[in-house]
Amino acid sequence: MELRVTDLTVTRGMLRVLCGVSFTLASGGALILRGPNGIGKTTLLRSISGLQPPLDGSISAPAESFAYAGHADGLKATLSVAENLEFWSSIFGRGGVGTALEAFELTPLAARPAGMLSAGQKRRLGLARLLVTGRPIWILDEPTVSLDADAVAMFVAAIRAHLGAGGSALMATHIDLGIAEARVLDVTQFRAPASGAFEFDEAFL
Amino acid sequence: MIALLIRDVRLAIRAGGGFGLGLAFFLIVVVLVPFGVGPRTELLTSIAPGILWLGALLACLLSLDRILALDWEDGSLDLLATSPLPMEGVVSMKALAHWLTTGLPLVIAAPVLAIMLNLPPQGFGPLVLSLILGTPALSVIGTFGAALTVGVKRGGLLLSLLVLPLYVPTLIFGAEVSRRGAEGMDFSTPLAMLAGITCGTIAILPFASAAVLRVNLR
Repeated sequence: MELRVTDLTVTRGMLRVLCGVSFTLASGGALILRGPNGIGKTTLLRSISGLQPPLDGSISAPAESFAYAGHADGLKATLSVAENLEFWSSIFGRGGVGTALEAFELTPLAARPAGMLSAGQKRRLGLARLLVTGRPIWILDEPTVSLDADAVAMFVAAIRAHLGAGGSALMATHIDLGIAEARVLDVTQFRAPASGAFEFDEAFL
Repeated sequence: MIALLIRDVRLAIRAGGGFGLGLAFFLIVVVLVPFGVGPRTELLTSIAPGILWLGALLACLLSLDRILALDWEDGSLDLLATSPLPMEGVVSMKALAHWLTTGLPLVIAAPVLAIMLNLPPQGFGPLVLSLILGTPALSVIGTFGAALTVGVKRGGLLLSLLVLPLYVPTLIFGAEVSRRGAEGMDFSTPLAMLAGITCGTIAILPFASAAVLRVNLR
């Protein structure tokens, strides 16, 4: 499924952070967002995945086509690895978590409570969730945080498999993942001009 | 949606889930009241319906901030919002899970604890009936309050203040049903009012909670 974003303006706390963001992401393609901290990458990703409405502009794909993975993995400490994943797979109406566990080498940890995992293992479980959603466009916010080199390789393999199956991925990351086909978009060029004239009423909305 | 319900009930029952919190609070209130009131059984009999209802309401209030705050903190709420489940379904299941783990145990424990408050025998049926009909409203209203305060750090105080006035009608009619039942009077009018409040909140508030939650997730 193709994702076309046209002239998107996103806001954070009533302030415009990015203006006129436009790009096209074809199926099978990957797009990496770059930019300094605080530029609005997370806000942009949340707006595209439908968590917050954009101020202006259009997103061609429906909200049902996105699988969003943010900074938090949404894991429950007292549920086991397999139970966490099975929950999400049944929410998305799909069965079978075996391949997702396999892809991130979590099978030996399947019965362990998620609270006992290390930060990197939690992250791997959070990324394994993407595989059970079955959605075509993955939206990833800093997916490689706390992953070691082997886990990054697993992640890249999962992304490659997803792209090969006709999916696409939009991610914000600072490290070079070595995905040759990925395009890089620097969002600094879309930075919203600092608006000195603040609408007085907006302070009370 | 059943998966969400099963997960929430399972989380509540497992260690640290807070399943026994409301029940223990209810037990403490009801056990301590006779000590505070003193050895006057007639007085206890007359205040028993009110104390039992108040105890159940406060026990319910105690666990409200867990309904959505935990899911907000670990990011599950964002993921649920982007999942195929409608937000109205999510909040309804959250409220149902809260009722199953908090309201239902209170309903079951109430007749046992009513003995300690010297509730007359004919009052047991109306008490259980009023709690069964009234506590779902407490969970649904509580979920609305939790949705309103979901982004607020340590929002428990704000949540209590927001929710308490909304609890008052349920408390009035619920306690009235069990009081009239205990005194052997006809209790059909307050029972109809109580059932009406519960049905109304179940019909309307999930939509309000979902709308509020969408705003709070921005």
